Amino acid sequence: MHPERATMPVTSQLFRGFPWAKLWGSSLFQRQLPCCPTSHRPTSSQPHPIWPTAMPVRGYRRSPDLHSYNLTPPQVNSILKANEYSFKVPEFDGKNVSSVMGFDSNQLPANAPIEDRRSAATCLQTRGMLLGVFDGHAGCACAQALSERLFYYVAMSLMPHETLCELESAVEAGRPLSPILQWHKHPNDYFTREAQTMYFNSLRTYWQELIDLSSPGESLGPREALLSAFKRLDSDLSLEAQFPALGRNVYLAFSGATACVAHIDGSDLYVANTGDGRAVLGVQEEDGSFSAHTLSNDHNAQNENEVARIQGEHPPSEKKTVVRQDRLLGLLMPFRAFGDVKFKWSIDLQRGVLESGPDQLHDNEHTKFIPPNYHTPPYLTAEPEITHHRLRPQDRFLVLGTDGLWETLHRQEVVRIVGEYLTGVHQRQPLTVGGYHVTLGQMQGLLAERKARASLAFQDQNAATHLIRHAVGNNEFGAVDHETLSKMLSLPEELARMYRDDITIIITQFNPHRNNCMCL
Amino acid sequence: MHCSCVWSSRALSPALLPRLLSHAGCWAPGTRPRGIWSSPRRLASAVETTQPIPLPSQARVVICGGGIVGTSVAYHLAKLGWTEIVLLEQGRLGAGTTRLCAGIVSVAKPISIECKMADYSNSLYEHLEEETGVKTGYVKTGSLCLAQNQDRFLSLKRLASRLNVMGIPCNVIKPKEVSKLHPLVNIHDLVGALHLPGDAVVSPPDVNHALATAAAGHGVQIHERTTVNHVMMEKGHVTAVETDRGAIECEYFVNCAGQWAYELGQASETKVSVPLHGCEHFYLLSKPLPEPLQPSTPVVMDMDGRIYVRAWQGGVLSGGFEKNPKPIFTEGRNQLEIQTMQEDWDHFEPMLSALLRRMPELEVCEIQQLVNCPESFTPDMRCLMGETPGVHGYFVLAGMNASGLAFAGGAGKYLAEWMTYGYPTANVWPLDIKRFGNLQSSRTFLRHRVMEVMPLLYNLKVPRWDFQTGRQLRTSPLYDRLDTQGARWMEKHGFERAKYFIPAGKDLLSLDASKTFYKPDWFDIVGAEVKCCKEAVCVIDMSSFTKFELTSTDDQALALLQHLCANDLDVPVGHIVHTGMLNERGGYENDCSVVRVKKNSFFIISPTDQQVHCWSWLKKHMPDDPQLHLEDVSWKYTALNLIGPRAMDVLGELSYVSMTPEHFPSLFCKVRNLFSPGHVMFIVYALHVYNEVMSVGQKYGIRNAGYYALRSLRIEKFFAFWGQDLDPFTTPLECGREFRVKFDTDIDFLGRASLLHQRQEGVSRRFIMLVLEDHDTELDLWPWWGEPIYRNGELCGTTTSSAYSYTLERHVCLGFVSPPSLDGSPAAVTPDFINRGDYEVDIAGQRYPAKAKLYPFSSLFAQQRRRKDEMELSNFQGK
Repeated sequence: MHPERATMPVTSQLFRGFPWAKLWGSSLFQRQLPCCPTSHRPTSSQPHPIWPTAMPVRGYRRSPDLHSYNLTPPQVNSILKANEYSFKVPEFDGKNVSSVMGFDSNQLPANAPIEDRRSAATCLQTRGMLLGVFDGHAGCACAQALSERLFYYVAMSLMPHETLCELESAVEAGRPLSPILQWHKHPNDYFTREAQTMYFNSLRTYWQELIDLSSPGESLGPREALLSAFKRLDSDLSLEAQFPALGRNVYLAFSGATACVAHIDGSDLYVANTGDGRAVLGVQEEDGSFSAHTLSNDHNAQNENEVARIQGEHPPSEKKTVVRQDRLLGLLMPFRAFGDVKFKWSIDLQRGVLESGPDQLHDNEHTKFIPPNYHTPPYLTAEPEITHHRLRPQDRFLVLGTDGLWETLHRQEVVRIVGEYLTGVHQRQPLTVGGYHVTLGQMQGLLAERKARASLAFQDQNAATHLIRHAVGNNEFGAVDHETLSKMLSLPEELARMYRDDITIIITQFNPHRNNCMCL
Repeated sequence: MHCSCVWSSRALSPALLPRLLSHAGCWAPGTRPRGIWSSPRRLASAVETTQPIPLPSQARVVICGGGIVGTSVAYHLAKLGWTEIVLLEQGRLGAGTTRLCAGIVSVAKPISIECKMADYSNSLYEHLEEETGVKTGYVKTGSLCLAQNQDRFLSLKRLASRLNVMGIPCNVIKPKEVSKLHPLVNIHDLVGALHLPGDAVVSPPDVNHALATAAAGHGVQIHERTTVNHVMMEKGHVTAVETDRGAIECEYFVNCAGQWAYELGQASETKVSVPLHGCEHFYLLSKPLPEPLQPSTPVVMDMDGRIYVRAWQGGVLSGGFEKNPKPIFTEGRNQLEIQTMQEDWDHFEPMLSALLRRMPELEVCEIQQLVNCPESFTPDMRCLMGETPGVHGYFVLAGMNASGLAFAGGAGKYLAEWMTYGYPTANVWPLDIKRFGNLQSSRTFLRHRVMEVMPLLYNLKVPRWDFQTGRQLRTSPLYDRLDTQGARWMEKHGFERAKYFIPAGKDLLSLDASKTFYKPDWFDIVGAEVKCCKEAVCVIDMSSFTKFELTSTDDQALALLQHLCANDLDVPVGHIVHTGMLNERGGYENDCSVVRVKKNSFFIISPTDQQVHCWSWLKKHMPDDPQLHLEDVSWKYTALNLIGPRAMDVLGELSYVSMTPEHFPSLFCKVRNLFSPGHVMFIVYALHVYNEVMSVGQKYGIRNAGYYALRSLRIEKFFAFWGQDLDPFTTPLECGREFRVKFDTDIDFLGRASLLHQRQEGVSRRFIMLVLEDHDTELDLWPWWGEPIYRNGELCGTTTSSAYSYTLERHVCLGFVSPPSLDGSPAAVTPDFINRGDYEVDIAGQRYPAKAKLYPFSSLFAQQRRRKDEMELSNFQGK
């Protein structure tokens, strides 16, 4: 997520010179520093002196003409493909054919380092596959934690009572645990090591509670499981931040992240969404064209229901202040998020934690800063909105993307690009001889030429990479243009963020045969 | 039947109503909307009645599908004297694949039974015009199979050897001779060619029409525009078909629905699996050349270029089998796919380039049309024929793998014979629909597999190739364990079996690329495994074998097996009996081992690919007795085979042997005659026992071995294998297995009468072992199977399997030979015929001298045994 949208810029302007890098692990502020004063920022509207406004959707600069530096096609490809990952569900296991054929995912950073995260895993103790994209703001710490932890919480919530008991007795007896998730990770998708013990203990407390609350033979349905997992992890993040011993988690809780997670089991698809990530289904119509079916609601100011919800949760006196300039309390763009305790804790708690925390916290003006008009916390929740969809044969794929994607391409366009890529339907007109006099030799020449052109366009092996190529490289005519691509990708780190956001995409392909129930 | 593809359904007016064809003379097939085949006879006749002639309420046989296959079946059934045959076609006759196929009848097919079918079709079509008066467009053009490289040339030479055996004329020729036969072929990159002078071209719809006319003349009722909706069954028998125009009661149903045969199979009370899947197939029609190409110009098959070319109306017709086929109709008939099934020039580009490379003069020739004609393909490139397992009276003939025209005649004849006599006059096991199980009929599997099969039609096929797609349908519980130990896998009936184990440190990449007609690169690896089998002990995972349990409350199980098996099964509990299950002619329907587990409980172990066939054979002969119970337990037991002199030591040390059977339900069989000493264990806790065996066996030098080692061992031991050497036309007497027949009892068993008769008359063919001499393993071509055997320069048989024997350091071929008949009746094999004669094996045209043997090598050393052998031989000659 954009740091600008949250609270970063103010700190970067006011508190220049602090050893941010040391504090945050990431060099977030450092990178931001030179950016702001040079004021390359779009100045179209800046209604508030301190809080730079949201970048309106599609408000990025289009063609960066400051730079004449040009990338070669192989250089462009190496940038686009650096984070691409594909997973194919092994077929023909002789038992059941999966409803998911596999997925392609990719990320393109705009922030350095990237604040988006992605996760994908197969549940081993229960059935189903989990896929998620996470968009962090105010640093990547919260998104990172979600990418590591959230699926474990979901997997636990899905487990039947007996499996949980077995797990508990294995831990008690010091026996090795049978694996719960099989991760499908790109080498760049790392796990942090430092806090694993604490993560594990929190998780264990959670499953112990699940055991206490359920009786034998019981397990939560996917809807309840997702809901419970989201809320529980957010409350754990908050609780862990209140342990004074672990300073790092204070920062984690002060950063935030949105999550858009899909759980696919057979033909049941559940999407749990918190924030402004989005899940869109690609549906193939009778005539072969593709249409978009959105499975999540954005939690931001563009969603009237969300605005009404937030206004309804606070006294009428706050009606004007709770959502200002399309932001929560005039600060935060997504209206639901993990972490961000600044919008959840009472002022006393925030102060208390900061004072008892490690020394650096006292110096960190960002964390000390209390949002204006902060009267009736909490203002923010991580509770997801959950959608269920039964997969049909015409449902070909699911695109999970962070807002970086949806800001640049309309969902209909996204679905069209992916659909045509996956079905191999090229935009080019099929050749027909019709009534013309064409010789075999002429036809051969024509075909050779078409082949050469097509191979240029279809150089991606990964649908997500192909989509990013379009998202970043589309010119005003909607076609990928090497020059645009080259300029967008050669922007220096400190400028990239003005032209685009981090983009993270997971495209899951469904097995039409399975969903048709024709097979086996 | 279902052949109203987009063209016909769009163009036909609803006024065209079904007609009954009862009199052959005045029937005309009506307009063909977009056929490429035009002939003057094609006049829309005025026979179009306003009332469709009603369907009969009863028939003996209902055939669904009015393409070339369905009409051929109808024609042959009628010829064999069947009456009350009804042929139903949902659109118009020959409106599906038949109407659009390229019309080439060639005998260049991968296996001999297919060559036979094509050869028969050819002579049938040749005489059809004479028989029916319907013009068929038959022209005996001959064909040229081109070789661009030495390997292709070798495969053509091997084909030539096989065709010679069948008496089909063919010539291996030089490139220069190609240009004499064909005016357009560019020969610069050719190394040779095979000329098949007998091959022909026809107009497929006209052949279809002629067959229909002839069938109608024999009383077959043909109804067009009649769709079969459902096939009714009762107690495992076909009883009726339901059509959109009413039901017809019938005893037999034949599914010849081509492209739609899979769907039709699903539309019956007990679903019938017809594993085929469609792919789009493209060919090009050109306008006439400036100097029109003569109709008699030979067909060209440039398999390295993946194309075929024939003369067509002064121009050419050229199509191919591309590397990247486009599967179609995965979800059944689909409007969307039918609409998009248009010309795809971009897809055709590689084939167009190959065509212009082969015939550069065509560059200036104008395009007439690119035709998209879907063809159906099967998982192993062979067609699907025969009665379906589990449903009596339900026959299938479909999945022609783009050779429908070439096969239709012969396949129709075999199926008609099958329905008439219970079995065709030739061994059609490679085409039998029972070679597939249910796993191979999943749409996902088929879709993937046919994408491999279609290119394979023109791929160079080297010995022992394996399919790459749709693997791991069935695996042993030890699969992962063996895989990590370097196992390389092959597939049999969907089951993964280890071929051999690559030792650690070997270059895997180079090994996987091994594709040669010569010495393969696994030679030393398998050699080491064989050596270990002979000197120490090896473990082979034989879990893929088919395993049945037959139990009864009383002695019904024994009675059934005594009736079905040639050998005596009334043995003490715990004993194992090797026996054939014979048909009435005394031929092997199955070759298996039976263990008497309890007094009334038997454990039957059969080859892997017998799973469906043996099951349906047993079921067919089982009395309807609730006390008699048959169960397929193949998946329940893992079988480990310990081979080698130290096998007993390993078994002796296994910790669980002393345990009670309840703890470890395992079953030991001593396989005495196979590879002594060999021990097969059937076990439930596979992984545990495997680990145990491996750790105990360590000090005895135990290692894994694969099927290639087993194969080498069995062939040098002269052990015949069902499906490879033994078939329903081979009797125990012909392969020296008289000792496995209970002649000395008076128990009657299936095939006894035939065997007694044969014992009286003497056998006219004999299974022998040939040890190649003067064959350089390093430099000479390796035998495979299907090589001709010559005796004193005269053709006398073919090989059925072969392997390198690491013991003899020679190649060993197994095969059947028969003496030339003197007066037309078959002559009996005499010991002299085998022992006194100079034998040769023909590998791709090169003959290698061979020593013929009747008994395995080990007995060759012992003079005493040898004399005894000769005595035994004379015994079985009945003299």
